[in-house]
Amino acid sequence: MKLEACESRAYIAAKFHYGVNCLDRFASGIDGDKMRILTNLMLAAGLAVASLSVTSAASAAAPQPELAPAPQPELAPAPGAEAEVVESAEAEAPAFEHAPAVEGFGMPTGALGIQEQVSEVGEQARWFHDALLMPIITVISLIVLALLLWVVVRFNRRRNPTPSKTTHNTTLEVIWTLVPVLILVVIAVPSISLLQAQYNLPEGETVTVKITGNQWNWTYEYPDHGDILLVSNMLEEEGEQAEGARFRTDADGPRLLAVDERMVIPAGVNVRFLVTASDVLHSFAVPAFWTKIDAVPGRLNEGWTRVDQEGVYFGQCSELCGVRHGYMPIAVEVVSPERFEQWVLANGGTMPGTEEETEEAPADAETDTAEDAEDIAAADAAGAAS
Amino acid sequence: MTDTAATPSHFEAAGSDEAHHDADHKPGFFVRWFMSTNHKDIGTLYLIFAIVAGIIGGALSGMMRMELAEPGIQYLAQWAGEEGNAALHFWNVMITAHGLIMVFFMVMPAMIGGFGNWFVPLMIGAPDMAFPRMNNISFWLLVPAFLLLFGSMFVPGGVADGAGTGWTVYAPLSTSGSVGPAVDMAILSLHLAGASSILGAINFITTIFNMRAPGMTLHKMPLFVWSVLVTAFLLLLALPVLAAAITMLLTDRNFGTTFFDAAGGGDPLLYQHLFWFFGHPEVYIMILPGFGMVSQIVATFSKKPVFGYLGMAYAMVAIGVVGFVVWAHHMFTVGLSLNMKLYFTAATMVIAVPTGIKIFSWIATMWGGSVSFKTPMVWAMGFIFMFTVGGVTGVVLANGGFTNYVHDTYYVVAHFHYVLSLGAVFAIFAGWYYWFGKMFGKMYNEFLGQVHFWLFFIGVNVLFFPMHFLGLDGMPRRYPDYVDSQAYWNDVATYGYLIMAVGMVVFFVNMAWSLVAGKKADDNYWGEGATTLEWTLSSPPPYHQFNKLPKVD
Repeated sequence: MKLEACESRAYIAAKFHYGVNCLDRFASGIDGDKMRILTNLMLAAGLAVASLSVTSAASAAAPQPELAPAPQPELAPAPGAEAEVVESAEAEAPAFEHAPAVEGFGMPTGALGIQEQVSEVGEQARWFHDALLMPIITVISLIVLALLLWVVVRFNRRRNPTPSKTTHNTTLEVIWTLVPVLILVVIAVPSISLLQAQYNLPEGETVTVKITGNQWNWTYEYPDHGDILLVSNMLEEEGEQAEGARFRTDADGPRLLAVDERMVIPAGVNVRFLVTASDVLHSFAVPAFWTKIDAVPGRLNEGWTRVDQEGVYFGQCSELCGVRHGYMPIAVEVVSPERFEQWVLANGGTMPGTEEETEEAPADAETDTAEDAEDIAAADAAGAAS
Repeated sequence: MTDTAATPSHFEAAGSDEAHHDADHKPGFFVRWFMSTNHKDIGTLYLIFAIVAGIIGGALSGMMRMELAEPGIQYLAQWAGEEGNAALHFWNVMITAHGLIMVFFMVMPAMIGGFGNWFVPLMIGAPDMAFPRMNNISFWLLVPAFLLLFGSMFVPGGVADGAGTGWTVYAPLSTSGSVGPAVDMAILSLHLAGASSILGAINFITTIFNMRAPGMTLHKMPLFVWSVLVTAFLLLLALPVLAAAITMLLTDRNFGTTFFDAAGGGDPLLYQHLFWFFGHPEVYIMILPGFGMVSQIVATFSKKPVFGYLGMAYAMVAIGVVGFVVWAHHMFTVGLSLNMKLYFTAATMVIAVPTGIKIFSWIATMWGGSVSFKTPMVWAMGFIFMFTVGGVTGVVLANGGFTNYVHDTYYVVAHFHYVLSLGAVFAIFAGWYYWFGKMFGKMYNEFLGQVHFWLFFIGVNVLFFPMHFLGLDGMPRRYPDYVDSQAYWNDVATYGYLIMAVGMVVFFVNMAWSLVAGKKADDNYWGEGATTLEWTLSSPPPYHQFNKLPKVD
């Protein structure tokens, strides 16, 4: 718990640099439907609310990140200016350099235990397992083993030729019923608060990513960032890649995990995942975030994370989805808010607020993503053909 | 139990008498084995069936471990006869077949059909099952069911031959995602196996309620009979739900319905709810008869009655009842509401309480006993410890917040193999050695039995324990390949399989040797600790037993 408080402070600090007032139109519609009866017991929620007010106060004063050519969101640009902005973004935004994957971080390591957690909820969950569940189950197993060994040593035929005839001991039976109940209560309390923390998206600035599982790749959409749309496929090994396609390098990540298009999200900001599937079940999983959300056709599942540590994090599809189930990995690159904005612009998107009240913006977004949409259609066709 | 202790001498005269009269007259080979109405013969058929299915299911797992021994794809293309996606499809076919075979055609037939048929009538002092011909059709439905499943591996199922849906057959992968007759055949196979089990369940319930020997009240029944009774009720209530779910799959696939298709107003999650409403009781169906057998064996070899008999019986009833209201803990990541997750977390943890009662009562049964560690007993003790390990990881998994991380990873694979491959299978071996002499009239070889136990025990632990590590490291299940850093524990697991396989060779050698050259089994070869009615009969029992019903005081 103490640790989480520290991380929250780091998170507020990160927000001072991120002077964009995020308006989640798309997401807030869904949010309104959500039941929010049970309040989050986590300290984090309170801090997040506090940091929101700090952020909105700061947003007017804080300078925009240097590299971003977008205008101040408060200025409500005229329709004409909007088109210009998009063009200039494409023309001027320097190409976004992806960070190299760090070996042994944000990916399976082969070591014992849970992967390093980089979100508060993940840290809380890891603590729950490592500090509470694991010790309890280890002790219980060892007690049972010890009792069995004692039976072997003490109550074998030679040492104890005449068996006792005891078949009841009410006190003992009450004890071994009630003690497990107590242990379960001890487990249940942090378990409940963990479930609540995972479920309830804290108030505050939120970036929304819509994730669609397809046979056998992922598409990532940023509905609040000019509808950026990415199709993320696994990178094949050198020599195995399709003609003209890029092959995997170590900077992309390990074999089976590296992808051509990573999901990019900002650090220190709530990220809402909206997950669905286009064909069969898939499951969006990033172990380092403690995130696993099934992708179900016809359903939009919601989950969230907030990662403070920049880096590249890998996951794998976690619901059997057909022959290439093992070959549709997930890679999420967490970057500073400044670099996130840079990435958004480099991908032809817009930061929220910049396209407010413009009528051409949706049309623009469509042309921007037309190519990507074609990619998807092509991928689908290829999938159907195979 | 003292309660049901009918002294052997009381029946010996009747038993040996019967052996020389009509009671032991056996029909000819074909009539005896193909048109059987004898519970012991049908039990034997079930056991043979389970062994055959177990060999096939076990061979499949050996192939999977072989492929997983090293990162990369080594053998799949060779086995599938094709490269690329067809080879990967074969992987999914193997995991599907392994799961379905082990659940429906190995564990269930062995425990319920095999030991249940053999020993429920003997233990309650009945001449046979209530519906002997229905008993026969229960068995013979399993054979075509197995042939359909096995045959499905050789007909188109989408990308290549075979059903590659996983044993859960989740829609829409099993509907729009798998073109071709393979999945239909698998579904029909489950229909037949389900019908077989429902008929069996009706038979057991009727037999146990109506055919107990005079004086044997429900509260004097041996715990194995209790366990089969509870299991039969679970089967009776759960299997129709599976039948409904897979029938809907069938109509979705073939007749244009959209029960599980969102595009037509259906919902893929409906299938999961229906499946796990069956699927969770199913895991207790697979373990409860094991509980019963372990109770008999522990009491026998401790030369003590079971500790807390009523608590043991009603713990099984409680597990059965609660088992019906925890199903969505298999679905923590599908997008359940917070309240649902809280409920299913809490309800699931409750099951730990009756399970704990059973574990502690078994230990208390041994406590103060004069324990001899014969082969059945070491299997039973292995069961108790391994089931504890599998049980405590079950408590861990009950926590929806934690399961979010390990759902569909090898942690789950480790957990359910600890309760099944080291739980249910240990109980099956315990029962097999315990009753081998009673069933076949020859004693197994004690030394080979012990060697089998230790090789198997070490093997499966080396095989499955590292899977906890792999799961916590994030390795998803149902993957034919994995990240290079996970090679070490995968390699270790494959060696574990080899050790286990050597143990199984010892088992088969032992069985072959014992059936041919085994020492003749006495009526009650376990001595004073074995107090249930089957020990009052000859080994093997006469073809028809209890023509005069025994009286239980």
